[in-house]
Amino acid sequence: MLGELLLMKGNEAVAEAAIRAGCRHFFGYPITPQNELPEYMARRLPEVGGVFVQAESEVAAINMVYGAAGAGARVMTSSSSPGISLKQEGISYLAASELPCLIVNMMRGGPGLGGIQPAQSDYFQATKGGGHGDYHLIVFGPESVQEMVDLTPLAFDLADRYRNPAMILGDGILGQMMEPVELSEMLDVQLPPKEWATTGRSGGRRHVVSSLYLDSSELEKLNKRLQDKYLEIMRTEQRWESLDVEGAEVVLVAYGTTARVVKSAMNLAREEGIRVGLIRPITLWPFPTKAFESLEDVGRFLVVEMSSGQMVEDVRLVVNGRWPVSFYGRTGGVVPDPKDILARIRELARGGGTR
Amino acid sequence: MLHEILIAGFGGQGVMSMGMLLAYAGMTEGLKTSWMPSYGPEMRGGTANCSVVIASDAIGSPLVTEPSGLVVMNLPSLEKFERKVKPGGLMVINSSLVKKKASRDDIEVLYVPANDIADELGNPRVANMVALGAFVAKLRPVKLDSVKASLKKVLPERRHDLIPLNERALDRGAGLVD
Amino acid sequence: MKQVFKRPQALSDTVMHYCPGCTHGIVHRLVAEAIDELGILDRTIGVASVGCSVLAYEYFECDFQEAAHGRAPAVATGIKRVLPDRVVFTYQGDGDLASIGTAEIIHAATRGEKITVIFINNAIYGMTGGQMAPTTLLGQKTTTTPRGRLAEYHGQPIRICEMIKELDGAAYVTRVASNSPRNIAVAKRAIRKAFQVQLLGLGLSLVEVLSTCPTNWGLTPVESMKWLEEKMMPHYPLGEFKSPGEVK
Ligand SMILES: Cc1ncc(C[n+]2csc(CCOP(=O)(O)OP(=O)(O)O)c2C)c(N)n1
Ligand code: SF4
Repeated sequence: MLGELLLMKGNEAVAEAAIRAGCRHFFGYPITPQNELPEYMARRLPEVGGVFVQAESEVAAINMVYGAAGAGARVMTSSSSPGISLKQEGISYLAASELPCLIVNMMRGGPGLGGIQPAQSDYFQATKGGGHGDYHLIVFGPESVQEMVDLTPLAFDLADRYRNPAMILGDGILGQMMEPVELSEMLDVQLPPKEWATTGRSGGRRHVVSSLYLDSSELEKLNKRLQDKYLEIMRTEQRWESLDVEGAEVVLVAYGTTARVVKSAMNLAREEGIRVGLIRPITLWPFPTKAFESLEDVGRFLVVEMSSGQMVEDVRLVVNGRWPVSFYGRTGGVVPDPKDILARIRELARGGGTR
Repeated sequence: MLHEILIAGFGGQGVMSMGMLLAYAGMTEGLKTSWMPSYGPEMRGGTANCSVVIASDAIGSPLVTEPSGLVVMNLPSLEKFERKVKPGGLMVINSSLVKKKASRDDIEVLYVPANDIADELGNPRVANMVALGAFVAKLRPVKLDSVKASLKKVLPERRHDLIPLNERALDRGAGLVD
Repeated sequence: MKQVFKRPQALSDTVMHYCPGCTHGIVHRLVAEAIDELGILDRTIGVASVGCSVLAYEYFECDFQEAAHGRAPAVATGIKRVLPDRVVFTYQGDGDLASIGTAEIIHAATRGEKITVIFINNAIYGMTGGQMAPTTLLGQKTTTTPRGRLAEYHGQPIRICEMIKELDGAAYVTRVASNSPRNIAVAKRAIRKAFQVQLLGLGLSLVEVLSTCPTNWGLTPVESMKWLEEKMMPHYPLGEFKSPGEVK
């Protein structure tokens, strides 16, 4: 099924993976560090009979996605932190109208205009809703270009299966770096029937895509249905990687680019004889609580992020006081150094402080 | 095996493609590789650099902060990165443009008159390949032949007529190292 | 000895980061000279936008705020409504003003906000590396119009002055260019006039400056000046589109 090894930029590899997964519609607006993604789409989509539109803003782009998803298309957009903030209104509408789509966020340092270097400070925004109202996206946090490419078709499929927007939460490094990657062949994707799509009555029933419910009990019904769906997703769609967790003095928890750096730090720690383990969430929502559930012989946890401490809250929730949870983070576009992580691991292995 | 390589120079000196060639060659040899550019507005007219990691095991951070191998194509890059090289590491200096000597004595330094040799070859644009040839011959992160074989994958098609020249430039650079 | 050339007071002693041949720097200087000549440095507040001129606040000596992408006219409105006797100007690129910020500029003009807008039209997105701008010309190749801009696929290039002049709150609307000594002299007068219109409280004043982006046009500085004249000017004619009688 797989083709030759290619050396590709993360931004371009996701774009090609999306096209091979049947995406033919892309709406976006330039922002660093994800520009190669829309630029690739601008070149490539017309070759495969698809459509690329550079919208006038991220607000417009996400609403183009809304329209296209409502019309039944496999559709996608991408941006980076400030642009994703602008998309939040539209994302709330997509979630409420239960429209499937894929949103890619190559995070950069914030808040505000911030910088353009890699960060992970949009975790809350991505996993807790982000816009107004009670909703969730299905959020993936890949650690490599290959994993990002592999998760792209899955993200589209789950979005369709659950009629819910999905997000790939990358960062400036994952977008900009080149790594060897194997892409699947162009898939002959048969989209699941979308009976609800507004494709014109054509003899059948009329369809309406809307998130307006003036009757409170009707709106509560929608919310209940959404929550049931989210429960189902939490039950069935958690994904993670666990490494040497049982018996570890220190279990690290990290996702995305940070998880790669943490793995380097773990190698250094092992050389010093420290027993370290790793839980790497692949789905950030649903958060992989199952990875923590049956643990027994664990010393303590160390969460590492390129933020001031966001995912650590989910780890503390699931660990629920059974073990101490410490945090190490870098912000503003600074990537943590394996040696600094090692220093924290050493401190904790010797029974140092909790934060 | 782990090589953490940094290549730095002016925008138009071809430092990005030097890095890509290394990463591509590593990939064809079945190694783990990554390439990561500096990005942002400072690249315009200013300095550009890229990180390349070539390893036998999975790569952690693709961002190289302490290179075991450094190529500096211009003076600002020498000033910025020399002090970051790992003790015992290798630094290749494009001595055609960088008149300063290295100040470290705990690393290996190779002076390569890359632009002069490129001029001899008749095209100043292959100075990057001269420097790369010397770097590869000395550090041996990948085979020189793999680098040559990667040229047609990394250079845009309209530059494929220049592949023989690029190969000669790589050889001339490698020839400086015994 | 007579001094014949010096840095305007309103311009700071900072090395600008613009590329060789970029006219952002020239326009900064014109704005600074106008501020100097009108003696308003101490009561002027600039609003920088998101684009290559995002660091404009480093280059001027007056107070400044940095706005979110496209929102400078709204930020300027906020400042002006709090401080009606100050002089407020925005400095915006074509992506900022004519794409993501169209709502803000249209409504600031409609409301007749007494602010001055310096609008840099270089037919491309500079900062993000050469994507299509709303002002990109038909046939022009950019990283998101790799086969050239096509009317039926990407739409027609937008003419901002022609649009803004229709709004009752806009008092002074003009298009100038930064490509020749003569045009630069005209631009300078237009910018000073725009501030005068604001000082008289007549409404919104907007100066569109046709500018270069050699880096993303893929041209030399000299070729860029020629391209501006030969390609941009036919589509974006120079001249005053609307001017109040009170100011000469
Ligand atoms: C909400 C948001 N979207 C996108 C960006 C990225 N961005 C920065 S500058 C810019 C466009 C700049 O073009 P222009 O306004 O024409 O100014 P120029 O750089 O050409 O001077 C964009 C899209 C951003 N900073 N914020
Ligand atoms: S990229 Fe273009 S607009 Fe930006 S500073 Fe360079 S020439 Fe000027």
